[in-house]
Amino acid sequence: MSRLVKNMIRFALFVLVQALILNNVPPLHRFITPYLYFLFLLWMPFNISRPALLFTGLALGFSLDFFTKTYGLHAAPCVLIAYLRPFVINVLINRRESTEFNYVAPSITSMGWVPYIVYVLVLTAVHHGYLVMLEWLNFAGNFWYFIVKVLATTGISFGLIIITELVFPRRQKYRTNTA
Amino acid sequence: MRNIFLFIRRYFNLLLFLVLQAFCIYSLFRYNRFHEAVFSGMANAITGKINERYNDVEYYFNLKKTNEQLAKENARLYNQLRSNTESPDSTLKVFADTIVVDTLGTKRANIKYVWMEAKVVGNTISSQFNTLMLHRGANQGVKKDMVVVGPDGVVGTITDVGDNYSVVMSLLHRLHSVPVKLKSTDYSGTVKWDGVSPMYVNMNDVPKEANVKVGDTILTNNYSTRFPAEIPVGYVKEIIVDKTRGTYNLKLRTATNFYTIEYAYIVDNVQKEEQLKLEKENKKRTQLQQQ
Repeated sequence: MSRLVKNMIRFALFVLVQALILNNVPPLHRFITPYLYFLFLLWMPFNISRPALLFTGLALGFSLDFFTKTYGLHAAPCVLIAYLRPFVINVLINRRESTEFNYVAPSITSMGWVPYIVYVLVLTAVHHGYLVMLEWLNFAGNFWYFIVKVLATTGISFGLIIITELVFPRRQKYRTNTA
Repeated sequence: MRNIFLFIRRYFNLLLFLVLQAFCIYSLFRYNRFHEAVFSGMANAITGKINERYNDVEYYFNLKKTNEQLAKENARLYNQLRSNTESPDSTLKVFADTIVVDTLGTKRANIKYVWMEAKVVGNTISSQFNTLMLHRGANQGVKKDMVVVGPDGVVGTITDVGDNYSVVMSLLHRLHSVPVKLKSTDYSGTVKWDGVSPMYVNMNDVPKEANVKVGDTILTNNYSTRFPAEIPVGYVKEIIVDKTRGTYNLKLRTATNFYTIEYAYIVDNVQKEEQLKLEKENKKRTQLQQQ
């Protein structure tokens, strides 16, 4: 299956799972809304151009916004993490090993456990921080509420992402020049 | 000029990012006007279809509760039947005029509210801006600003209408407000949601003379041009004294259970136009007088 088709199916699945299942999980607590859909952006290939990544982020965010009827609420954080992703990857990847050219996309096998977890945690925290901030922008709530909500949702999302990684391991071949 | 192009090329990604961000923020905060024009038609048709499929499954699990609700509502309506009232005095007759539309197809003058049933096919409770989606749209007579009432109480207001689906701003939406009164002492106020728990809404600045007690019922009041009067909104759960202003802030349990809602009624106030027109004229006159 070509990579484009695979990504299109993945896109639809992520949006549907988020909109129809995770958004309908009865809130255990007012802090907790599990988010998983933005993992699609983290799974995009290394060599995608930056404008293309930004537009993918916009499309992903708006597709979810069509379901929740909050046009722009999820799109804005998605565009933000799409913009920040290349910087985070540049910091985390060891240039000498040039992982970028040997593997297709960021994953545990291509980056190693620790860099991959840092990569996921940073972008998840940024996504949720921005999302919760937009949600509470016109609300005179206290600051602790904001912090705790960001931390709680980040924790839940991180758990979900790790489970997803373990349940659906993405097999990636090591590519060399000789092949 | 050349420098500008060089600048744009150098910072193309950053500029693109800023433009897309601005677009997102703009469409989020210009909520109504913008999305109505651009998205409502097609996007609502697609998400409505998907939501409906999904709801077919979900609906099955709520059958029992829905049944109970409908039975209860039936009982309430039976109690309003004309045949229930019988007077020993045969000269006294009770009439109930219930025909909504006359033979010419126009709505009758003595009818104020028209009720249309609708199935709920989409519902969110976990965000700050919760909405519902109903399987009834412009083709079935739904218009913007009609209100939605469930079997147990107020649900929300229609904000967006597609051909066959409509979007409801739920009571659990931070921008939604309902004019209400206390059932016991008739004091008026406004119910809003503070975005904390989908079980509770708030009614602030109730004067102490209102004599509120825990468990009191809050109903819609007669002043609203949209909501029919005396529909339950919530029940007082907690009374908090605002010491600086000397008023009560009430925490209400919502009358409608937003976790399990399956059916709702869209209510149209047929006489709304006249009321709004008079209000507008009155406003103009007072403005002229002030000048």
